[in-house]
Amino acid sequence: MFYPTLYKRNDPFALMRSLMRDVASPPNTYRSQTVFPVVNIWQGDDAMAITAELPGIEPSALEITVKDDLLTISGERAVTDTAKDDVWLRRERSYGKFSRPVQLPFNIDENKVEARFENGVLCVVIGRAEEDKPRKIEVKAA
Amino acid sequence: MKNEITQTTVKTPAETPETFQGRHTYRPVADIIESSNGVSMILEMPGVAPDNIDITLEKRVLSIRGKIHPVQPEKLDLTYKEYGQGDYERAFTLSEDFDPNKIEAKMSNGILTVKLPKAEAAQPKKIVVNAA
Repeated sequence: MFYPTLYKRNDPFALMRSLMRDVASPPNTYRSQTVFPVVNIWQGDDAMAITAELPGIEPSALEITVKDDLLTISGERAVTDTAKDDVWLRRERSYGKFSRPVQLPFNIDENKVEARFENGVLCVVIGRAEEDKPRKIEVKAA
Repeated sequence: MKNEITQTTVKTPAETPETFQGRHTYRPVADIIESSNGVSMILEMPGVAPDNIDITLEKRVLSIRGKIHPVQPEKLDLTYKEYGQGDYERAFTLSEDFDPNKIEAKMSNGILTVKLPKAEAAQPKKIVVNAA
């Protein structure tokens, strides 16, 4: 890291800003977290969708279950097969079993769930159950 | 089999200049394994179709780029976001022990596998110094 202390000597704020920039984006490092997969949630009037990035998982090894208002995505990420004398030069990917429950704002009609898996991205579209939809009450004029 | 909570690496934005659309470009997570006949690289690039991958080798720098088809469910709006969608970009400097004409790449389920076989003439040539 290069700190331009000399030419920014009379502007400590500029120096601070460049310091903050370096701290905020450490080069060549990765964030990691315990939640997998991370999901994006999309909503509309009568439906919602959950998308998740699941690279390297066979669609057959993926399990999606629904119960009341809880949708669970689970499966397993397989370890890469290696021979005995293979050397790992870099290992950034993770593996193992995973399970991610997502609570939805309404009860799921299991006949209205549709899951698609394309290029490692899962998209589950969920329709809202008919009896769960809000009913409109008409106001009568007196 | 381990039965504990482990950390998962998350893709991070690549250190590239800004894009026109304002979307991030991501640095794909990679595994690199060396075996007796070469090196194989495994990169996670979810959302990239096999024909949208671009791999170039120029002056020992292997650049891998992938263009995504952003997922956009019809008539729905994004309300909660845990990950971003964007193109992928990452470059590696290779040693000269690889045969550039024999590099193979395969894409399936969002995983790109690049195989770099070792060149046959990679054995170092020793130069004998003669005493005058």
